Amino acid sequence: MKSADKATAGAFPPDEVGLRDVLRDRRMCICVGTGGVGKTTSAAAIAIGLAADGRRVALVTIDPSRRLAGALGLSELSNEPQLLSSEHLAPVGIALRGEVWAMVLDPKRTFDELITRLAPDERARERVFANHIYRELSGAVGGSHEFTAIAKLYELDRDGGYDAIVLDTPPARNALEFVRAPQRLMQFFDVPALRLLLAPAGFGARVASHAAAPALALLRRLVGVDLLTEIALFFGAVGGSISGFRERARAVEALLHDPATVCVLVSSPRGEAVRESLSFARALRDADLPLGALIVNRVHEEPARAADLDAVEAALVPALGARLSRQVSASLADSQRRAQRDQIGIGRLRAELGDLPLTVVAQIDGPVGDLEMLGAVARRLFGEPVQAP
Amino acid sequence: MEDRTTAPPAPGTTPRAGLALEQRLVFVLGKGGVGRTTMAAALGLLYAHRGARTVIAELSGRGELLSAFGRPPTDPASPAPNDEIEVIERLYAVQIEPDRALAEYLHEQLPLRVLADVFGATRTLGFLAAATPGLAELLSAGKIWELAQPERIIPGARPYERVIVDAPASGHSIALLAAPQAFARTARTGPIARQAARISEALLDRTQTALLAVATPEEAAVSELLELQEALRRELGRELDTVLVNAMPPARFEDGDARVLEDALAGGAALSEDVRRALARAIADDRELRAARTQVERLAGALPGTPLIELALSRGGEFGAAELQTLAQGLGEAL
Repeated sequence: MKSADKATAGAFPPDEVGLRDVLRDRRMCICVGTGGVGKTTSAAAIAIGLAADGRRVALVTIDPSRRLAGALGLSELSNEPQLLSSEHLAPVGIALRGEVWAMVLDPKRTFDELITRLAPDERARERVFANHIYRELSGAVGGSHEFTAIAKLYELDRDGGYDAIVLDTPPARNALEFVRAPQRLMQFFDVPALRLLLAPAGFGARVASHAAAPALALLRRLVGVDLLTEIALFFGAVGGSISGFRERARAVEALLHDPATVCVLVSSPRGEAVRESLSFARALRDADLPLGALIVNRVHEEPARAADLDAVEAALVPALGARLSRQVSASLADSQRRAQRDQIGIGRLRAELGDLPLTVVAQIDGPVGDLEMLGAVARRLFGEPVQAP
Repeated sequence: MEDRTTAPPAPGTTPRAGLALEQRLVFVLGKGGVGRTTMAAALGLLYAHRGARTVIAELSGRGELLSAFGRPPTDPASPAPNDEIEVIERLYAVQIEPDRALAEYLHEQLPLRVLADVFGATRTLGFLAAATPGLAELLSAGKIWELAQPERIIPGARPYERVIVDAPASGHSIALLAAPQAFARTARTGPIARQAARISEALLDRTQTALLAVATPEEAAVSELLELQEALRRELGRELDTVLVNAMPPARFEDGDARVLEDALAGGAALSEDVRRALARAIADDRELRAARTQVERLAGALPGTPLIELALSRGGEFGAAELQTLAQGLGEAL
């Protein structure tokens, strides 16, 4: 692959534990991290690495991030798992003994499927699909992405026949949004005033009725009758499948805390990303979620010994002239500064998360195809793979 | 700082650069990691320097904005959500939380005599808002709208001349901008319907609200920005007003330099290791610059008539006040 990548490989501390060890007995790998740090590429590289070792892997991302298709060199991915063929993956340069199945969850479609599966009968299902709140809003908003994602994970884990699932989480307000989504939906059904909305004897009528409880009267006044009716209908309809939701929320919760689940935190060495990654890590630990490894992407590297820039410039003048020599030396000066800045960032991550295995992935220079990039990152994370016999 | 406005306005159209300076409300949109928060902060600084009472509203809940102005986000003394904090003269920062926005909405809607019920209602409505798809987004949009009112609805609150929104990452931004319209349609009658319609109207009006998107000159960021534009058009019938291309690599090399550099590297067996390193770095930087220009051209080609403003790559070092000043100055020259 890239010579730059190999040339810098020796610079890493020898005591680094590879991701392979962390993932050896895991069934579920959740990639978390802030935006723009190469989370999607890392997730894809992890899936490739696991499949190289012979596992059957589901690689899952969530719309609206369409990055996964790009990272895999595909024009499109859908809600249905798609097997990546070995011909397609040839440029990655890693032989897979297992399989990678990639999919992009469309939140709206996934939610539809979930309702279809959980609704007790066709009438209940049609009621949900006809509901305004459901139609207008369920596919478009924050919480739905996270909720559908983990509901789907549960299914993939239970019924998919995969050895491992790698999830590329959506950019979230915080690391735990996707964990909390099911509880948030569930708690609606546990609040007495809201349960009243759903009372069996015609919740719509009850909302409009003057005889409703004072809390309802207040809600009616604050929210408006039409909207409250729609909301009541929405939850009433979804609530028809309530035991299914409950069971799912519990199962997902158990899955997240299963010893077979691990979170991998992806970061870059830049100041903002480091700050956010540290706060992600704290949040995961507070929630008792297993954070197993840290990947630091896009690291600029230069040898520890700084070059003598004046000497470089002077040596180049005869061949390049004054202007170009100055630019070349300025280019190296910037690069050394960036490398130094990145080392500081990595140092901060190590200082706080030093107990985690940390893999540094060097910035890959130049125009590199998506799949070559993927191969380079996978190699960096897993080492040179064992070739298939 | 090097700024070049690369996209000339399409023939026969009025240049729209500078439009972002006229609207009271400016949304700063874009993919994660492209410098959205930084741009929102720099824009706020620019407006404040020009004398406008300005607030930057952060929706990501990360407190990044405060740390950009030297306040640690984890500081126990850091403000509660929805508190408007003066970070420098005339410039305020606020973190928007839907729960707090809801509480404010209730206080505004209810007369004092039912205030005793408010806590119960807030709790109930809090659950309702958390569970009902889109309601949290509507509440956030409502709070932004309130900040931008010439006469504030919060008793005693002073109005702002500029409101800059550090919006969430692309997909969530669409949800935020689209929620008022969706609720106006769904609710039809009642206070939320009325309020949602008012908010929606303000957000869709190009004279009141500017949509500014940030991208880095990289394939993925540019693709996501174009998808964002597509979604805005589809969901809201709106165009982006301005695009900021952040982190443009310095234009060090000219056409033909690449060849000279490659020849020098290939021909110089006697070159010192440092010199070889420098040449290899320069060749890589030149390639990166050309790749960046290709991406800018791709943006300009896909968004004819939308002003593109390029801002230089930071030269390293920790992001801080000096950096923000430089960026604000760069924006000021371009806008």
